[in-house]
Amino acid sequence: MTADATGAAEEAARFHTLLAAFEGQPAAVAGHGKDAVNEPMIRHWCEAMGDTNPAYTGPDAIAPPTMLQAWTMGGLSGHSDRTSAQDELFALLDGAGFTSVVATDCEQEYLRPLRPGDTITFDAVIESVSPRKTTKLGTGHFVTTRMDVRAGGESVGTHRFRILKYAPARRPAKQAEPVGRKTGVQRPRPVVNRDNQGFWDGVRDHRLLIQRCTSCATLRFPWLPGCNTCASPDWDTVEACGDGTVFSYVVMHHPPFPAFDPPYAVALVELAEGVRMISNITGVPYDKVRIGMPVRLEFQRVDDDLELPVFRGSEG
Amino acid sequence: MNVGDTLPPLEIAVTRTLIVAGAIASRDYQDVHHDAALARKKGSPDIFMNILTTNGLVGRYVTDHLGPRAVLRKVAIRLGAPNYPGDTMTLTGTVTAVLGSSVEIRVVGANGIGHHVSGTVVAEVAA
Repeated sequence: MTADATGAAEEAARFHTLLAAFEGQPAAVAGHGKDAVNEPMIRHWCEAMGDTNPAYTGPDAIAPPTMLQAWTMGGLSGHSDRTSAQDELFALLDGAGFTSVVATDCEQEYLRPLRPGDTITFDAVIESVSPRKTTKLGTGHFVTTRMDVRAGGESVGTHRFRILKYAPARRPAKQAEPVGRKTGVQRPRPVVNRDNQGFWDGVRDHRLLIQRCTSCATLRFPWLPGCNTCASPDWDTVEACGDGTVFSYVVMHHPPFPAFDPPYAVALVELAEGVRMISNITGVPYDKVRIGMPVRLEFQRVDDDLELPVFRGSEG
Repeated sequence: MNVGDTLPPLEIAVTRTLIVAGAIASRDYQDVHHDAALARKKGSPDIFMNILTTNGLVGRYVTDHLGPRAVLRKVAIRLGAPNYPGDTMTLTGTVTAVLGSSVEIRVVGANGIGHHVSGTVVAEVAA
């Protein structure tokens, strides 16, 4: 582990101590459902779900039990019942960059059916805040709350809810590709990990970053946890100026890989700084690429979620 | 009804309309459930179904099978692969326990990219 990574782990542990202090604190106190249980909202729900259960219509209608949480939602005008503890916890997470939210678990128990006219009140408590977790969506913390729901003062159910507050990953994992474009026609996704995250962060900002050993100043590429020259784990980065030359290349004819359209040139480009990287050459037909050809860095958007550093060649 | 019995599968076409209608019917105005541009900005390739809709569909799947007199006691779900527009989710269920009039059913909803939902439903079945 690099010194940077060790520091990051300690920082994550310190941050989690702050978050864990919220466990057991109320998330909502004496919350009120904005609408009493009512037939129109039940009908809209059943229409959306395609639920034709006759128990949800007619004079003896009950509300679909799975609507339990819906009666407690803040809607467009938001929650007025959230506690300062809940606000502070979310502000802390937002401030640390965990700005996105996704629900992961919902556990509901129903003590009695809700019927039109029931007025809803609820209390909620922050049950737990997880240590930092890395998921396909990104890195963040799971927050679990438990809500006790009452109607006319009587307990009608409990609702345990887990969300992930996270910082979006630089690009979605493979499972998160849009339907219809996952049929093998996409470029492979780069494997982004703690050792090369900085490189891909640079790509996102249209900067090609080269690692530099802070002990012996040797540049290295691709990104590695340590220096091959002096074994130091400490490094910083320098931004490539963008000029390079084709050091070597091959032309790919066969076998064809999904999302690639052969023939195409794969080049080993020597950057002006001296390190070499494998990339594609743009602006020049595959059969015009030559060793020694000057090239210039550019960033090519491959699809919605992927941008890659490539090199534009100039003929002659 | 016996342990090991399976429920007939239910295919749900995950349309953009279903995602938005489910989000609004459940009073969930999080932008990732209706605004594709903002969803992409947050790292998602498109809008995706909210958990309340999934919960409602799981409940519907079980009561469709058990009939209108069945009473749901518990629905516990965990989400995995998101339901994006254009996908199809196939719900399947297996009876995992029967105790008196109470039945426990394990439900899985699989879409084109994996298991969207897995969970357990407990219901009282009319004698």
